[in-house]
Amino acid sequence: MDEQDARPEGAGAPEVELEHLDTLWFQVTGTICNLECSHCFISCSPDNHTLEFLDLETVLDWVERSGEWGVKEFYVTGGEPFMHRDLAAMLEAMLQRGPASVLTNGTLMREKTLRRLATAHEESRYSLEIRVSIDGPNPEMNDPIRGEGTFERAMEGVRKLLDHGFLPIVTATQVWDQEEDEAVRREFMENLRAQGYENPRLKILPSIKTGREAARSRGYGEGERVTAAMMEGYEEEQLICSSARIVTSEGVHVCPILVDEPDSLMGQTMEEADEPFELKHQACYTCWLHGAICSNYGGIGEEVT
Amino acid sequence: MTPGEEGGGAGAVAATDRPQAAEERDPEVRATDARRIAVFGGVYSNWRALEAVVEDARRRGADELYCLGDLGAFGPNPDRIPPRLIDADVRTIRGNYDDSISRGLDDCQCGYTDPRDNHFARLSYRYTFRNTSERWREWMGTLPEQRRIEMAGREVLMCHGSPRRMNEFLWESTSSTQFLDWMAREHGADVVLCTHTGIHWKRRLSGGGWFANVGCIGRPPNDGRTDVWYTLLSTEGDGGEEPTSASSPGEREAPAGGNGGRDRSTGDGGDAALEVEFVPVSYDHEALAEEMRREELPEEFVETILTGWWTTCLEVLPAKERRRGRH
Repeated sequence: MDEQDARPEGAGAPEVELEHLDTLWFQVTGTICNLECSHCFISCSPDNHTLEFLDLETVLDWVERSGEWGVKEFYVTGGEPFMHRDLAAMLEAMLQRGPASVLTNGTLMREKTLRRLATAHEESRYSLEIRVSIDGPNPEMNDPIRGEGTFERAMEGVRKLLDHGFLPIVTATQVWDQEEDEAVRREFMENLRAQGYENPRLKILPSIKTGREAARSRGYGEGERVTAAMMEGYEEEQLICSSARIVTSEGVHVCPILVDEPDSLMGQTMEEADEPFELKHQACYTCWLHGAICSNYGGIGEEVT
Repeated sequence: MTPGEEGGGAGAVAATDRPQAAEERDPEVRATDARRIAVFGGVYSNWRALEAVVEDARRRGADELYCLGDLGAFGPNPDRIPPRLIDADVRTIRGNYDDSISRGLDDCQCGYTDPRDNHFARLSYRYTFRNTSERWREWMGTLPEQRRIEMAGREVLMCHGSPRRMNEFLWESTSSTQFLDWMAREHGADVVLCTHTGIHWKRRLSGGGWFANVGCIGRPPNDGRTDVWYTLLSTEGDGGEEPTSASSPGEREAPAGGNGGRDRSTGDGGDAALEVEFVPVSYDHEALAEEMRREELPEEFVETILTGWWTTCLEVLPAKERRRGRH
């Protein structure tokens, strides 16, 4: 029985149209990563070749054509994008046309690449955002998730980025209990300030309970799905499938969260990918609940009462 | 963004909280003979700056004045703004803050997630709501969401956030030219003027028009100076005079919003019929700061008025804009 069949009658999955291609994502290193985090929703690892590297020419071609569609900004993810030897060349090309963001684990910050990126950033009118994933304000919380020694290595990455004039957005998946939120935020800010990051930028994300994270966490409950009724009056622009697509080695997918799902592949061209998408996956529920989880702003906020 | 706007926290915004889609509210085009118009946004209850801007714009020969919304928040005594706009014959549109206040919503439809930002946003929103009388709340609800004029044969679209969304942030460093081209084309405008972020900037569009964020007059653009900025849109050749101004001329070249001060570049093939110019205005900011303290507004807001550096609601700033500030 697939997910669709598991729905109660009358609770069909709603469709979301691509309103405009604001954001063009690239999965530049596929599912290949130097780390093997226990909460990875697409189970990236050094030897997961489900999705492969994108070559430079492919990326440059998409960036060039983005002008036709009026793309506002570019996002780069993996796997670990800094494993790609052409990452700097890709970002340089993007920054000629618009703002770019890179999602990294911060452990592969090479001096030569950072110097190149700093220059590209200085010369561009657009922002280059570097988002460094650290899943806790200390090694005790982070390392069991991301691997032994990764807290110190990522913090070193943050320092190097600061040295090159970047203001990295530290991105943490909420692997702690909700009630610990305030204390965790405080400790994060204190520890980042201790690294010389005077005004730290911190973004907290919900976990996506698929891939390895399904096994680590409780996974999704049967009721955690998006129904047509839940979309009534909902701001569709909060869902990135209304404003983004992602290019991988396989083609164009609906969003970066679902690249592991066969039906997320919409085709080989943007024309083919300009179709409505049915929110039938349980990960869609997380996106619906929190909104804008993949973009640089937004995420899990303070509960407003 | 308005400093001190209340974030909605995470998650969905209810149906009733949602501004109408842009397509449903495209207004009629009004032809104007004006040679020069003054446009500003984000008053944020700064009535002293408003008075100074109106005076400066008149002195510089602005035939019409426009306000792109966000009348309240941040500053003291919000009820002082609407009468001054009406008296000065300012054509005003509704910003997200005005939309929230007029409809009695719980927040400003902005969506901060940082707890500190939310704290200050909440203080500010509650103060503004409490001190806005029923009469002006209703008046805000009658304001149009966009205006279109035809000036020197060019169609000028004025909106709050963007032509498609009242609460969309358009920052200089995160808005590609190809995107701005698309948006202007999509909405049939040669020139698009917006506000909402609080930092002014402009971009020449590929077709020769302009996309400009007119900035705000409620607080300085996070540049360490106390002046506030408004925008003049002038027909070509009508922007050269240098009338005596309350502002010091030396500050006109100050980097602000990345574009510097005065910039009347029209040399792209000579097809530009309109010029966009940013103008700094000084006002009695110390008196405003005193009034804010009397009203027991947060000292963090007062500091911004006195120093020119933003102290709160920084999470939505992109890297380049954030790096220019102190905090």
